[in-house]
Amino acid sequence: MLITKEERIFRIIAYILLICGVVIALLPFMYMISVSFKSQIYTFEYPPRLIPRDPTVENYIEALGKDLFGINFLNSLFVATITTVSTVFVSSLMAYAFSRIRFPGKEVFFYILLLGMMIPPVMLIIPQFVIAKNLHLLDSLWGLIIVYVSTTLSMQTFLLRSFFDTIPKELEEAVMVDGGNRWVIFRKIILPSSKPGLAVVAIFTFLFAWDEFPWAHVAIKEASRRTLPVAIALFQSQYLTKWGLLFAATTAASIPVIIVFVIFQRYFIQGFITSGLK
Amino acid sequence: MEVKNKILDKSFLKKIFRSKGAYLLLLPGMSLFFTFILFPLVYSLRMSFYKWNIVDIAASEFVGFSNYARVVNDPIFLRAALNTVVYTIITVPGQIIFALIVAILLNQKIKGRTFFRVAYYIPVISSWVIVTFLFEYLFGGQAGLVNFILKDILHLVDFKIMWLSNPILVMVPLNLLGIWKGVGWSAIIILAALQNVPPDLYEAAVIDGAGIWHKITKITIPLIRPTLVFLIVVLTIGGFNVYISGLLMTKGGNPLDLSHFILTLMYKKTFTNLDFGYGSAISYLLAAFIFAISVIQIKLLRRKVEY
Repeated sequence: MLITKEERIFRIIAYILLICGVVIALLPFMYMISVSFKSQIYTFEYPPRLIPRDPTVENYIEALGKDLFGINFLNSLFVATITTVSTVFVSSLMAYAFSRIRFPGKEVFFYILLLGMMIPPVMLIIPQFVIAKNLHLLDSLWGLIIVYVSTTLSMQTFLLRSFFDTIPKELEEAVMVDGGNRWVIFRKIILPSSKPGLAVVAIFTFLFAWDEFPWAHVAIKEASRRTLPVAIALFQSQYLTKWGLLFAATTAASIPVIIVFVIFQRYFIQGFITSGLK
Repeated sequence: MEVKNKILDKSFLKKIFRSKGAYLLLLPGMSLFFTFILFPLVYSLRMSFYKWNIVDIAASEFVGFSNYARVVNDPIFLRAALNTVVYTIITVPGQIIFALIVAILLNQKIKGRTFFRVAYYIPVISSWVIVTFLFEYLFGGQAGLVNFILKDILHLVDFKIMWLSNPILVMVPLNLLGIWKGVGWSAIIILAALQNVPPDLYEAAVIDGAGIWHKITKITIPLIRPTLVFLIVVLTIGGFNVYISGLLMTKGGNPLDLSHFILTLMYKKTFTNLDFGYGSAISYLLAAFIFAISVIQIKLLRRKVEY
């Protein structure tokens, strides 16, 4: 194909616009990192500077040593990990049933589950709070985990089913002929052949649980059981103007997310396109 | 009658019995789903008809639709609804227009596509709590970058704007944040749709002498219309559900409860004022409204595709 002059100009403009966009997308984060290395007196300097004067790590030392930041970090890690493992387990079982087995009520169950994808989670916070209170799940990390798994379940099941549906059935027939049962098929064929799908589910679930704020905000009152988003939000209201300190904490909290994302970004894109969901 | 017979039919029972494996697989997930999603959904509807007593549930008093009546007559709610509607009207087209531009640019034969995709995606995966504070800092009255750019670089204003303490001005950072955080997600979805557009369509258009603008409006947009409809519906739902950014940036609707969104008001009424019935009524009104809007959007936008 010939490249016309118009196209060449268009391509140059495309690069310029894309780079401007990247600057807008990333500038706030660069700013966050920059402020996290500024001592308190420089966080209100005017004009603002992107490159900190006399950079210091004192914010990190103070933020990470302060209060319960380490415990909050571990809480988040615990909640996100258990939520991820449980969700992968529970939703892959369901997805397998929906993808491979014919049983009465299958359609009904599936549509009820789809309904779950349409309910905005914040809407359920009030009744969930009342239920969790009666089940003594408030102020407990398990209360977070159980609600997170329930909330993300329908989307992950839907996503995994679409992965399972693409696995050819011939392999399973061979296993059946050799006398294997459904459990063998599930473990030996379905799970190994849908690794990318499982990776997508795991990443989505981990990030969701790592970042979730509304439920953790109402369900946890005890400071030592807070997860990072809640701890950071309250941290800000407590040390209103200590931006260096706050941004040292948020930078530290973002690191696991950024690492997970950059390593697995291929799966991310695939996950979105398959599921069409956040 | 027929249905009844079918249920009593032996072979049907046998089928259920034989499917117990399938039900066993569904059991853990479905029991969680029923307990923590479906049951709360119904429970919350019930609460919305009561003057709910959180300490002694049995002492709750049935009040019919009076919670709903209080909601729609409450000027604070109406203000919150207005803020939310405006937020949706601004952020949905905002996200789609920028995402369309980004996706079309990324769909060209350019180098570093992976880098750009990752970079545009970082705001999407970042936490709402963190980016809300970032915007709060950037829009700070005294030393914020935005004021510096507007006043000292562009000279558009000659004073520092107090974005965060004014209930109308605070909507500016909130809306910009909504757009900024969502563009990457929509762009990836649009990009996927663009990659399914057959290139020979463009080549035919080039032979006909069509320009870039013509290609975009006459070929690209009509072909990815189903994706755009999907995005409009999903983003509208997201827009009405705006919550975390508002809660944190306005410190819960301050000043004077004028800067609430619907859900931040629900939070305040429920967990600060302990008015659980009122809060439930707000969330049901919101859900009904979202449902109606989605149905209308799908009907209107689908119809246009036909011709």
